[in-house]
Amino acid sequence: MNFWSDPINTIYESLMLTFTGWGLDGALAQIIIYVLGILILITFAMIIDILLVWVERKVVARFQGRLGPNRIGPFGLFQPIPDVIKLIIKEDTTPANADKLVYNLAPVLSLGSVLFLWAIVPLAINIYGVDLNVALLYMVATGAFGTLSIIMAGWSSNNKYALLGAFRQVAAMISFEIPMVVVLLIPAIITGSLSMQTITNFQTENFWFFLVSPLGALLFLISAIAELGRSPFDLNEGESEIVSGYHIEYSGMKFGLFYAGEMLHAFTFGGLLSVLFFGGWHGPWSSEIPFLGVVYFCAKALFGYWLIMWVKYTVPRIRIDHMLMFNWKFLTPVSFALLIVTALVHPLLRDAGNWIYVPGMFLSNVLVVWVTVEVLRSRSKKDRTVAETVQAVAHH
Amino acid sequence: MIPISWYLFLSAVLFSIGLFGVLVRRNAIAILLSIELMLNAVNINLVAFWRYGNTVNMAGQVFAIIVFAVAAAEVAVGLSLVYSIYRRRNTVIADELDLMKW
Amino acid sequence: MDSTQLLFLFSSFLIVSSAVNVVSSKNLIHAALWLISTLFGVAILFAILEAGFLAVVQVVVYIGAIAIMFIFAVMLTRRENLESGSQVNKSWPFALLLVVVIAAAIGSLMLKWDGMNTLPVQIAEGYDSVASLGAALISPDAFVLPFEVASVLLLAALLGSVYVAMNKK
Repeated sequence: MNFWSDPINTIYESLMLTFTGWGLDGALAQIIIYVLGILILITFAMIIDILLVWVERKVVARFQGRLGPNRIGPFGLFQPIPDVIKLIIKEDTTPANADKLVYNLAPVLSLGSVLFLWAIVPLAINIYGVDLNVALLYMVATGAFGTLSIIMAGWSSNNKYALLGAFRQVAAMISFEIPMVVVLLIPAIITGSLSMQTITNFQTENFWFFLVSPLGALLFLISAIAELGRSPFDLNEGESEIVSGYHIEYSGMKFGLFYAGEMLHAFTFGGLLSVLFFGGWHGPWSSEIPFLGVVYFCAKALFGYWLIMWVKYTVPRIRIDHMLMFNWKFLTPVSFALLIVTALVHPLLRDAGNWIYVPGMFLSNVLVVWVTVEVLRSRSKKDRTVAETVQAVAHH
Repeated sequence: MIPISWYLFLSAVLFSIGLFGVLVRRNAIAILLSIELMLNAVNINLVAFWRYGNTVNMAGQVFAIIVFAVAAAEVAVGLSLVYSIYRRRNTVIADELDLMKW
Repeated sequence: MDSTQLLFLFSSFLIVSSAVNVVSSKNLIHAALWLISTLFGVAILFAILEAGFLAVVQVVVYIGAIAIMFIFAVMLTRRENLESGSQVNKSWPFALLLVVVIAAAIGSLMLKWDGMNTLPVQIAEGYDSVASLGAALISPDAFVLPFEVASVLLLAALLGSVYVAMNKK
């Protein structure tokens, strides 16, 4: 066994030998190694999180024609360090009449719900937390904790704006969960498994699901943006309406936890987008050298994160009724139509070989898009004629 | 290795706590919360019997899923009833809803 | 005492203590949050029982939907006097007595059963309970009819709750 081809097992075995050499019980040593592994994974995620602060600030600056942080370190790379120090030494305030326990628990749960996700994300062929056979559902389940943390924060702050923000965010998360779950079924149908490892391995051996289901990837991205509460669905913060939503009363590191959670959540969803539709860690030599897989995964996740930022800093916020209408009357029906079409076309073409399967599935996606566009066009034409008649009647 | 009695006793305790809540709470929403506890006690039993019986026969898990569906339906209808009553009579206290009592 | 037993004791402590708080806390939001911790404990039990799918569904359905709905309902029906007034009705001692009698009856019935020390059966190597659950749910020989009836029930509940809660003006 070689360190470069199977790092986790190599480290595991050498640590096991060391610990049992010290006279520790085998089971106890195993638990200690698992705890160490969890800590290392969380540290890895948090280090990425710190870098993301810089990425986010630099990219938004470029989108807005500014320079962004450029004072500390090369390209302002060390900017997050003073940011974090500032957050830590700020006064930690608790509003009067706040529900103390719930108030303090909410930020922890918010970051925790994101870190839970890292348990199932496959970083490379043999670097992952756990290969769960219900991973896709587990991903939705962690979203439930995110929703919970937001409603806890909004309620316990004892602030009208916070509660309004929490209501909006929960309404968005619960309704956009439906197209997301439906879209998650598409990789599940193709691979016949809910495990992220199996999905990635299938894509490494055959084709990226982006080629098979581009519409699925797009729908996943849209519902992920809504789930994250980023613009154009950032009604939970809505600075111009409700100041800053559910974390209005939080200060110092408690706000920092929300902030870090939000950023890492976006990055993680970029990673999940890559796992589900862009082959995860798949790339040249990634099966032989797992560390290359980690690099590919992070690059793809950053690309997904960049897509989310691109949308965030380009599109203005939409109204809440438009957002819910967009979900229930457009996104959900389209995702169901896509699911039905995929479920019909997949068994037909499954045995035909990749050269027929991939274009066939792609064409079925194009068909769904075309039908959607035609329906939308005829509806808007009808609306326009009605509006014109009303106008003509008013003129006479 | 856990003998099945642990699960059965735990679910009996949980069921009793839920039953107590249903009998004594005055707030209709709290009564619904306690019903959830009782349904969960049932689910623990169903899954435990699946695991300790024949694991190839999925009846226990399937029944647990149907209990999930029933719980979701019950909560949706129950809470909308509570909310509708609250709008008309301005109370959610079960004792005060005594129009049909004489 | 092995690690599964410790985990079981921990989660049963979580379940029972949170359940007691659900039925006793005055603030209904706290009751709903305690319900969430009870449900999470039950999810851990499902995981111990190797019903991973149910553990995750428990979190998705109960914590992600039902508990959130409870919190919403509590907020929508809030009155200041509710949190100060008594949360239990006058006949609570009788209810307590009744519950203790019922619990004792269940307990004595269980003690009579001779299968109480059954140990879990060995799950065969490579047996995927998620796949067989899915097959059982849609197979005509197994549970496709209850499954479809459950979906009709959900649809009926959806329509019914919208109709009941709708403001008819």
